[in-house]
Amino acid sequence: MKHKYFEEFVMKTLMISATLIIAIALGSILYGIVVRGIPYLNWSMISSLPKGGYYFGKEGGILNAIIGSLYLALGATFLALILSVPVALYMNVFLQRNSKAVSFFRFFLDVLWGIPSIVYGAFGFTIMVALGIRTSLLGGIVVVGIFVAPIMIRAMDEVLQRVPNGIREAAYSMGCTKTETAFRFFLRKAAPGIVTAILLSFGRAIGDAAVVLLTTGYTDYIPTSLDQQVATLPLAIFFQLSSPVEEVQGRAYASALILTIIILFISISARIIGRVYKKTI
Amino acid sequence: MIATRRMRDYAGFAWMVISKIIIIIVPLIMLYVIIDKSLPLLQENGFVNILSGDDWKPAAGSFGFRPFIIGSLYVSVLAILISAPVCILAAIYLSEYAHRRILGFMQPVIDILAGIPSVIYGVWGILFIVPFVRNVIAPVAGIESTGYSVLAGSLVLAVMIIPFVLNILLELFATVPLELRESAYSMGTTKWEMVKVTVLKKTGAGIISAIGLGWARAIGETIAVMMVVGNTIAIPKNIVSPGYPLPALIANNYGEMMSIPKYDSALMFAALILLVITVVFNILMRLIIRRFTTKTADNEA
Repeated sequence: MKHKYFEEFVMKTLMISATLIIAIALGSILYGIVVRGIPYLNWSMISSLPKGGYYFGKEGGILNAIIGSLYLALGATFLALILSVPVALYMNVFLQRNSKAVSFFRFFLDVLWGIPSIVYGAFGFTIMVALGIRTSLLGGIVVVGIFVAPIMIRAMDEVLQRVPNGIREAAYSMGCTKTETAFRFFLRKAAPGIVTAILLSFGRAIGDAAVVLLTTGYTDYIPTSLDQQVATLPLAIFFQLSSPVEEVQGRAYASALILTIIILFISISARIIGRVYKKTI
Repeated sequence: MIATRRMRDYAGFAWMVISKIIIIIVPLIMLYVIIDKSLPLLQENGFVNILSGDDWKPAAGSFGFRPFIIGSLYVSVLAILISAPVCILAAIYLSEYAHRRILGFMQPVIDILAGIPSVIYGVWGILFIVPFVRNVIAPVAGIESTGYSVLAGSLVLAVMIIPFVLNILLELFATVPLELRESAYSMGTTKWEMVKVTVLKKTGAGIISAIGLGWARAIGETIAVMMVVGNTIAIPKNIVSPGYPLPALIANNYGEMMSIPKYDSALMFAALILLVITVVFNILMRLIIRRFTTKTADNEA
């Protein structure tokens, strides 16, 4: 009799430790980035471009990478959005929601999501070389956009699945076409969930480093057109951290802090919107 | 009026179909391009030679992938071995034991871990894991190490894949019907015994698939691993010596691949290996997991 309570105690202790390890891992990531980043974080870091000798510890900031990352992530999210909204609606309005075809397509998207981003990057790089295009903002936007689209479609699909069928029937009975039903009613009903999906994809796009490394190049300036190279935060962190100069390494931690703050902001907004959504449906 | 509505209906429909075709076609083009690009190397050097060769001298035209394949396997398998027990234990705790308040705390923790970019994990690895391996693990094992090692890479990866595997497990455990748990309790079991005979027994195949998916995710990770793994072209002697996984090979060398003959083909072959492994694993593992989730969907209907 004693034996089984002992086993229960041991297993429960192990489980609580495992859960604690996960929480501590996150804590130590945030703690490490904040403690090492804060001393180097100042206004000129955020508001100025790298000046001459920046990479040897002289003055300047990473405005190029901040703006570059925003350009890239906004562009890629927008491209993914243009592809994702119609596909997600098509799956849920035009096709039978639980049909073989739709669940096969869902499966296909899940498998796509499993392909590593470096493979997308290598593919993008090869295509760009073959077409004679230099590494550029546009190249990055297209490849990152294609990379996040499956994630975005699946996230939208999850919410659209929960839109009640009555809405479709009501819309048809009023004489709406399928397209009208999809865009006017389904999209509106699922709007908060769609916004969450967009935010999550934006987070993926801004945090991706492998695709960007191969397709966008790196520059100290803010791009003024789509065919120019662009700097991004993940690469700014990566390059600065590999410098032997202590000042530059410190700035890498500060850049990491900036990226983490952006990601936390996105994650918290998505949570709040998700909570609002639960109340409305 | 009706004409314009019909026009709009067609336009909307066309947009949907075109988008869907793009989503389906692009991955197929990707597969084609990557295979097409890796063929020259395969034809000249031979499939077996490439996979089993130890010699990596692109300038001399010799491309042996064994160090990279072993490096990739080493890092990713070690990562999943570290990560899997933590994920399974935590998933049981969160789905069976945890108070609502703990769940309310852990859910955002998992979400944020899932959202943190790869490069931030790399920074964390350099800050904590690399010194930990250098100053604690290596001395204990009695081996000199810079800390930039296979073990550092797999520890970072182990944490990175936790949210991914944990979420699948939580979804999986939620599919076990309540009646089953209750009938176990009615036999006078403790909570852990109940978990053993119902939850774990029922979802065993699913748990293994979740771990398989986690592994497939781990093997493709690039930046975080590359920052801490050391990137030395040699088969790792032990877990505290450096390795060189496939994604790092692509990311470190794409710049030179145009200047050396067949180098581009070799890097595309590296991408092909990753693509094939991840796609095959995703298909197999997800097929198994789907058996669980669709079964419950049928029950609800």
